[in-house]
Amino acid sequence: MSLLRLDGITRRFGGLVALDNVSLEIPGQGLSAVIGPNGAGKTTLFNMISGFRPPSEGRVHFDGADITGQPPETIARRGLIRTFQLVQLFEDLTVLENVKIGCHLHTRGGLLAALVPTRAARAEEAAVEAEAWRLLTETGLTAHAHSFAAVLPYGQKRLLEITRALAAKPKLLLLDEPAAGLNRQETDALAALLRRIVESGTAILLIEHDMNLVMNVAEEIAVLDFGRLIARGKPDEIRRNPDVIAAYLGTEEAAHV
Amino acid sequence: MNSFNTIWANGRGNLATWLLWGLAAVFVVYTFASGGYLIAVLQFALIYTVLVTGLNIFMGFTGQVSFGHNAFAAIGGYSSAVLTATYGWEPLPAGLVGLAGALLCALVIGYPVLRLRGHYLAMATLAIGLIVYEVAVQWQSVTQGYMGISGIAPIGIGRFTITSDRGLLVFLMIAAALALLSAAGIRRSRLGRAFVAAAGSEDAARALGIDVARYKLIAFMISAAYAAIAGSLFAHAVGFVSPEVFGLPMVVMSFTMLYVGGIGTIAGPALGAIIISVLPESFRTFKDYQDLAYGAALIVILIYAPRGLASLPELWARWRRRSA
Repeated sequence: MSLLRLDGITRRFGGLVALDNVSLEIPGQGLSAVIGPNGAGKTTLFNMISGFRPPSEGRVHFDGADITGQPPETIARRGLIRTFQLVQLFEDLTVLENVKIGCHLHTRGGLLAALVPTRAARAEEAAVEAEAWRLLTETGLTAHAHSFAAVLPYGQKRLLEITRALAAKPKLLLLDEPAAGLNRQETDALAALLRRIVESGTAILLIEHDMNLVMNVAEEIAVLDFGRLIARGKPDEIRRNPDVIAAYLGTEEAAHV
Repeated sequence: MNSFNTIWANGRGNLATWLLWGLAAVFVVYTFASGGYLIAVLQFALIYTVLVTGLNIFMGFTGQVSFGHNAFAAIGGYSSAVLTATYGWEPLPAGLVGLAGALLCALVIGYPVLRLRGHYLAMATLAIGLIVYEVAVQWQSVTQGYMGISGIAPIGIGRFTITSDRGLLVFLMIAAALALLSAAGIRRSRLGRAFVAAAGSEDAARALGIDVARYKLIAFMISAAYAAIAGSLFAHAVGFVSPEVFGLPMVVMSFTMLYVGGIGTIAGPALGAIIISVLPESFRTFKDYQDLAYGAALIVILIYAPRGLASLPELWARWRRRSA
């Protein structure tokens, strides 16, 4: 049974068809990836799934429910958490606070808890604090816990965004080009982290440009080109697929492969 | 939010922080001892501390803008004035009615208006203040128009009323302290984190399951509640309300206090309220040039401490590091 199912997703921007009848099933475990050249419609696909834009046609099903057209916060509550291609951190807050905000969905406190520090309210705050530190340890950011997110080096910002997303305990984690702008070392560390996340039982759907990373970690790959799904399969199959090679390298170069 | 963290999390041993609080304490003790006009100035500052603390929750924490919080202060102030002076109610239930009225208005107005952003939100909230002002002027049978309502009883419960200036000062100090403490509690909590998340990145907040529209509305209502309480306190402290009292100058004043004190910080509203209340008094020696000196002082503060007086300890620490 798939965790996420897309049925004929089409998205038009004026006359442009950004996504053309894309159907896809993503399982509830393991790491899947969507790849494709620039402008293939990958980020548009993510926006359809996470509720930031509605599809023009088609339905999105997640965890047994039709979530088409629901707002992002409702979709997040169901356990589908995304990151952004351009890292979206709370720049003026500390690294620790960023992660604590990620715990929002799994805590309850409102105005009363803020004004009256009852035992239950204090216990919840302590749990949030402990969970945030645990996650920072897991992703290796503890040394920066009290730094402002704004001053982190780029690679660590990416890492922080993933850490914060993990705090929301996703069933499915959507990562939008997490390796963009990372150097080789950082990309390897990221690959190791993604494997650990998958092992702990969280499914990941990755959009990625970096073929190295994808071939390294993905079990299932879907390829988008000009808004259309042109291939699906294991990394080895994708690597050999002539349509994929053509889409990535242009047909002329593909002849030489 | 940098200065917030410096003062409340990392800067406990900071000399400048203690200096700032020390100065404030000296001023309060001096005022208390000397009495007279300064007491009235400080009372005024403490009432404004409550108002600006509320405004800070909406503007500083949640990153929105409102030019209309004078409307909620007016609802609180007029409820207290009319119900106690005209109908002989006790101050407490009268104040609670004002509080409920302000919350209801904030809910009804906030729901549609908070969809707007930036300048549009500023214009819409400005209109709320102007509408309430106009109601206060025109609804003469209740508000007595431009004349205003005078002879409002001092604050108290049952037979216990606070009649002395010093007693009222202590009462207002407690009220201002509670305002600051509650704001600090909110900022530290899950609720406060949802507010600052909405200010930091709406997209990121929503992707983490935070209902940004709902939390903006909650922040708007909470800040309206502070404003209503400040309005009620004003009515009882001064014994008089009129449309002018809750007019545009109140908006300008509270904005100045918020930015001079330090928007987004906890201590900022109190620092701003006290400095902005005292500053014009301390420039009296300049006579004709009083306003000029006052304006110049404001500009100097905003240029050299753009995040307000509450960020001074941080600036001081940076200066020491550089010269070390």
